[in-house]
Amino acid sequence: MADKIYRGMATGSGLLTLVILCLIGVFLVIRALPAFRQMGFAFLTTTKWQPDGLTHQFGIAALLYWTAVIAVIALVIAIPVSIACALFINEYAPRALYRPLTALVDLLAAIPSVIFGIWGFAFLEPQLVSTSSWLDQNLGFIPIFKVESGNVAGSAFIAGVVVSLMVQPILTSVVREVFSQTPAGEKEAALALGSSRWGMIRAVVLPFGRGGIIGGTMLGLGRALGETIAVALIISPSTIISIHVLQSGANSIAATIALQFGEASQQFGIPALMAAGVSLFAVTLIVNFLASLVVARSRSGRGVEI
Amino acid sequence: MAVEARIPLARPAASSPADRARVRPRSLLVDDWLLLGGSAAGSFCLVWVLYQNLAAEPSVAGFVVWWFVAFASMYWTSVFRLQGRVLATDRLMSFVIAAGAAAMLVPVFVIMGFVFYKGAGVITPHFFVETNQFCGQLDGPKCGGVAHAIVGTLEQVGIGIVIAVPLAILSAVFLNEVGGPLRRPVRIFVDAMSGLPSIVAGLFIYAVWVIGLGRGFSGFAASAALSLLMLPTITRTSEEVLRLVPDGLREGSLALGGSEWRTVWNVVLPTARSGLITAVVLGIARAVGETAPLILTAFGASVMNANPLAGPQESLPHFVYQYIHYNPGSAPYQRAWAAAAVLTLLVLGLFAIARGLGAAMSIEARQRRAARRDRRLAKREAAAALSQKRAAEGAGPS
Repeated sequence: MADKIYRGMATGSGLLTLVILCLIGVFLVIRALPAFRQMGFAFLTTTKWQPDGLTHQFGIAALLYWTAVIAVIALVIAIPVSIACALFINEYAPRALYRPLTALVDLLAAIPSVIFGIWGFAFLEPQLVSTSSWLDQNLGFIPIFKVESGNVAGSAFIAGVVVSLMVQPILTSVVREVFSQTPAGEKEAALALGSSRWGMIRAVVLPFGRGGIIGGTMLGLGRALGETIAVALIISPSTIISIHVLQSGANSIAATIALQFGEASQQFGIPALMAAGVSLFAVTLIVNFLASLVVARSRSGRGVEI
Repeated sequence: MAVEARIPLARPAASSPADRARVRPRSLLVDDWLLLGGSAAGSFCLVWVLYQNLAAEPSVAGFVVWWFVAFASMYWTSVFRLQGRVLATDRLMSFVIAAGAAAMLVPVFVIMGFVFYKGAGVITPHFFVETNQFCGQLDGPKCGGVAHAIVGTLEQVGIGIVIAVPLAILSAVFLNEVGGPLRRPVRIFVDAMSGLPSIVAGLFIYAVWVIGLGRGFSGFAASAALSLLMLPTITRTSEEVLRLVPDGLREGSLALGGSEWRTVWNVVLPTARSGLITAVVLGIARAVGETAPLILTAFGASVMNANPLAGPQESLPHFVYQYIHYNPGSAPYQRAWAAAAVLTLLVLGLFAIARGLGAAMSIEARQRRAARRDRRLAKREAAAALSQKRAAEGAGPS
C-alpha cells in the first residue's frame, strides 16, 4: 500500500513538469488571444511594436529578428571559446587544476544576469566602442560591419558579447562531458602512431564530440534566446530591421517584455506582450527539445555502465 | 618527419642509448624556451612600438589582443622554419586553446572585481538594516539601505525552495528509482523546462495569479515563478546524485525485506543527502539572481513589506535593475552598485557552500578517504609484521 502511494506520488511529480509546461502554453495563449485577434497573421510580419498607439499596430518580426541576431552573435563567439576551454580543462591543464577550473566555469554560470548586464554597460561597452569603430573604419565595406548612424553604443554586437559570456558555461560543460567520454584507447593509439597532441585532438576528440558540440550549441541557443535583463540593460530599443549589427539599436522579445511591461495597458499592451511571450516560449521549447534529443543520442552508451 | 628533425637539433652527438638523457615527448628543451621567449619579447616590442602609434584609442585589452596575434604568428613561423609544420601547428594550438580558456575564465574575476570596486564605497553596516523609503535622488548615496530588498529576496527564495524542493526530489526519485515507460518523456520535458526563459515563467504567473486570480503583485507570486525555474535545475542535479548511490545498497535493503518506499526513504535518500543539499543550494544560487520574473510578479517597492502574501515587494536583483537606470554618479546609481556587490557576495557564499559540501561529501572524496584509511591500516599491519619478523629473527640465532 505504502509502495503504491510512493510510486503514485513520484510518478505524479514527474508528470507535473509535463503538466506545467502545457499549462504555461495554454494560459499564455488564452491571455494573448485579444492580441492575435487584433493583428491576425500580420502579427508575424509587422515590425512595429505600438500596441498602445493610435492604430494598435504591433508584430513580432523585428523583435524575433533581433533576438535571433543577438543569439547568433553570442554563439559565434561562445562556440570556439567554449570548445577551447573544454579542451584546455580536459587535455592541457594539469590534473591539479581540474577542480578549480570546473568550479570557475560553474561560478560563471551562477553570476546573476543583472550583474552581467550592469557590468556590460558600465565596463564592457566603453571597451568595445573603440573596437566597433575600428571594425567600421577598416572593414566597413562589408555590410555587417558598417555603421551608418555613427553611434555604436547599445548595439546588438555588445549585447551579443555579454550574452556569449552567459551561454559559455552551459556550452562548456556539455562539450567537456562529451569530450571526456572519448575512448582512451583511441587517443593513445593516435599518440602512439606519432601524432602530436593537437593532431590527436583533431583526429579523435573533435570528431567524437561532434554530437555534444551540436547539442550544447542548441542548449546555448535556447539560453541566449531567452536572456532578458542583460540585454534589456544594454540595448537601445529599436524596431527597425537592419543588418548593421555594430550600429546602435537592437531588440529582443524578452527585453521588450521586461521594458514595456510597466506602461502596457490591460486592453492591448499586456495581450501583445503575452503574444510575444508565446512566440518566445514556442521557439525556445522547440530548440531545447531538439537539443536534448541530440545530447541524449550522443550520450547513448552512457546507461550501460551504470 | 618533424620529430626526426627535432632530435638532432637538440642532441647532436648521442652515440649510444645510455648517453642520452631521457627526453619526454612533451618536455621543452633549451632551444624551445629560447624560441618561446624570443617570440614573446619580439612581438611585445613590435606591438609596443606600432600599437601606441597607430591605434586611435589604445587600451590594455587591445594591446593584449594584438600582442597575442603577433606572438602567435612569430612563434609559428620560427617553429615552422626549424622543426616543421606538424610541431608548429601543435605548439600554436596549445597557445590558442589556453588563450580561449583565459578569454572565458578571466571575465569571472573581472566582473566580480569590478562590482566590488564600484559598490564597496557605499556599503556600511546601516546599509543592511535600513530601507530606501525616505531616500530620494538628492540624498547622499549613504542614505538608506537594502534591508527591505534582503527581506524580500529571502522570503521569495525561501518560499520558492519550500515549493520546489519536495517536487524536484520526488521527480528525481521517479526518474532514477521508479522509471517505467514514462521516464524518457519526463526526462526530455525536464530538460526542455530547464531552458524555460525566466521571463516566460514570470508571464505565466502574472497571467494565472496576478491578473487571472486577481491577487495582485506579491512576494508569493515571485516565489511561484522562482520555483518554476528551480524545479528542473534541482531535479536534474538530484538525479545525477541519486545515480551515484551504489546498487548494492538498494539490493541489500530489498533483500532484507524492506519495501521500495522504505528503501528510498531510509537508504537511498540518506546516502545521497549531501549531494541533494548541494543540488538545492545550486538551485538557490540560480534563483537568487533572477530578475526578469520578479518585475512581473513582485514588482518592487521602496518600503519594507515583510508580508509575502500581499502587496509589491522589493528584492536585491530588482533593486539593482531599478536604480541602475539613474545618472551615473548619482546617489541611486551608487546604491544600485552597492546592492549588486551584496548580491554577488550572497551568490558567491551560496556557491562556496555548495562546492564545499560537494567536495567534502562526493563519492570520490569518500573513496579517497577510504583508500587513505586502507593504506594507513596496511602500513600499520606491515610494520607490525616486520617487527614480529625482526623479533623472530633476533630470537632465532640466539
